[in-house]
Amino acid sequence: MKQFQYSRALTQQSAIEAIAKPGTKIIAGGTNLIDLMKRGVTAPDKLVDINHLPLKNITATKTGLHIGALALNSVVSENSLVLQKQPLLSMALKAGASPQLRNMATVGGNMMQRTRCSYFYDTTMPCNKRAPGTGCGALEGINRMHAIFGTSDQCIAVNPSDMSVGLAALDAVAIIAGKKGERRIPFTEFHRLPGDHPELDNRLAVGEMIVGVEIPDNNFAKNSYYLKVRDRQSYAFALVSVAAALDISNGTIKNARLAMGGVAHKPWRLFDAEKALIGKPATEDSFKMAAQIAMQGAKGYQYNSFKLKLAPATITEALKHAAGLV
Amino acid sequence: MEDERDHALPGSEPEAKDNSRRNFLKQSTLLTAIALTPGTAVKAAEMHVDEKIAAAFEKMPIKMEVNGVAHSLSVEPRATLLDILREQLDLTGTKKGCDHGQCGACTVHVDGHRVNSCLTLGVMASGKKITTIEGLAKGDELHPMQEAFLKHDGFQCGYCTPGQIMSAVACIREGHANSETEIREYMSGNICRCGAYPNIVNAIQEVKEGGQAV
Repeated sequence: MKQFQYSRALTQQSAIEAIAKPGTKIIAGGTNLIDLMKRGVTAPDKLVDINHLPLKNITATKTGLHIGALALNSVVSENSLVLQKQPLLSMALKAGASPQLRNMATVGGNMMQRTRCSYFYDTTMPCNKRAPGTGCGALEGINRMHAIFGTSDQCIAVNPSDMSVGLAALDAVAIIAGKKGERRIPFTEFHRLPGDHPELDNRLAVGEMIVGVEIPDNNFAKNSYYLKVRDRQSYAFALVSVAAALDISNGTIKNARLAMGGVAHKPWRLFDAEKALIGKPATEDSFKMAAQIAMQGAKGYQYNSFKLKLAPATITEALKHAAGLV
Repeated sequence: MEDERDHALPGSEPEAKDNSRRNFLKQSTLLTAIALTPGTAVKAAEMHVDEKIAAAFEKMPIKMEVNGVAHSLSVEPRATLLDILREQLDLTGTKKGCDHGQCGACTVHVDGHRVNSCLTLGVMASGKKITTIEGLAKGDELHPMQEAFLKHDGFQCGYCTPGQIMSAVACIREGHANSETEIREYMSGNICRCGAYPNIVNAIQEVKEGGQAV
């Protein structure tokens, strides 16, 4: 690992000032960043440790739930307010990584984690995300783990986060702080598609940091489920995952939220499928119909075309679990 | 004395001659650093030797308590807790497996919580209490989990075992050892290439059911 300078930010202001300088990165849990630094994928000159900022709280507000950016993944997943109001988020978090990693990883860091595309990680391979202009090794390479939605000819990597899939489904808002104060971005717009700039994972500007997320209150707590399909039963990245949340009244779907992981460069929210479910009976037929709608525009590559079948099956199964049919 | 100091700090000058240089350093190079890392930067400034500044950033002073023993160390910012434990403190019980947070062999407890020491920077563990596999036994009396691993043959080659045991203790403390399924899920961060999993699960179940303090 390249040498770097390390400093602790004692105030949010000093952290924001520090990260405005080139070559400077924030470190929180470090579970992804240290890994990337060891491999030489990233080599910052300075790390600013923000763990001493007061951004760990999980609090109920008048309209929802506020979670500080430094709240640990393990703590959030077992927090009583989260379990009571947003159990889907807890399920998504528990599906991610390992207990040890969840004890280190923060909410903000999870949002910032990079793709696990092996071409991105291998510095001897071409990768437009790691080294813009070098090409995409995955496009014609081993692309079994890769995206089927929203790809570009520059990049077909997926966002690896489970937590983000849950937060995207739950209409969360990311709270961002910078020199000019705070701004809020809908979670579904925080991450971006690769387009011509796959090196950019999200819409965070230079000199900005995530300070928290907010989830508006909803009626999904009773009928929500996170289903993750992977190569082993636990501790593996998703081939496909689905966050499903339903508001069911007398067997009829009043409202629905759906998002997928492992299929795109960002948490893939299924707006059209959600709309199609409203007013329908909470049955397997309705769910299959929604799953077909969700797959519009999907495109498989040489080794990941199985996802074109796996994804709708996973959507249907997740909805069945959410509705209590399984 | 003067000779000795000059020898120890080549290139240094007596304080009185060096006021302007010291002030310059304080006001420019170190301004941000002082704001962010008071300890190190102020120390560097007090030494008023610019050649020493790089060294001060290369090695930083940290304090941590490991298995009940307080340590004051000087570490590079890039040194992981795992490497510090093994190479500076000679606590080689904690193992380096993948070194990328994928295998769990390096699992230790930081302030009572299990973490991957290979992904923890030593400078970030400063001020914390670390427990490694060497810290579980009380003298010659093994920890109940160590006894159970022996009894149930919870290992073959043994390389993953320290991490497995640290994780197993945490698994019970966290309240995640209530069934075989739950144990398997909450032990998933520790890979055993020999495949001793059934025996590891048995060991954990026995300790859990025995109700001993872990």
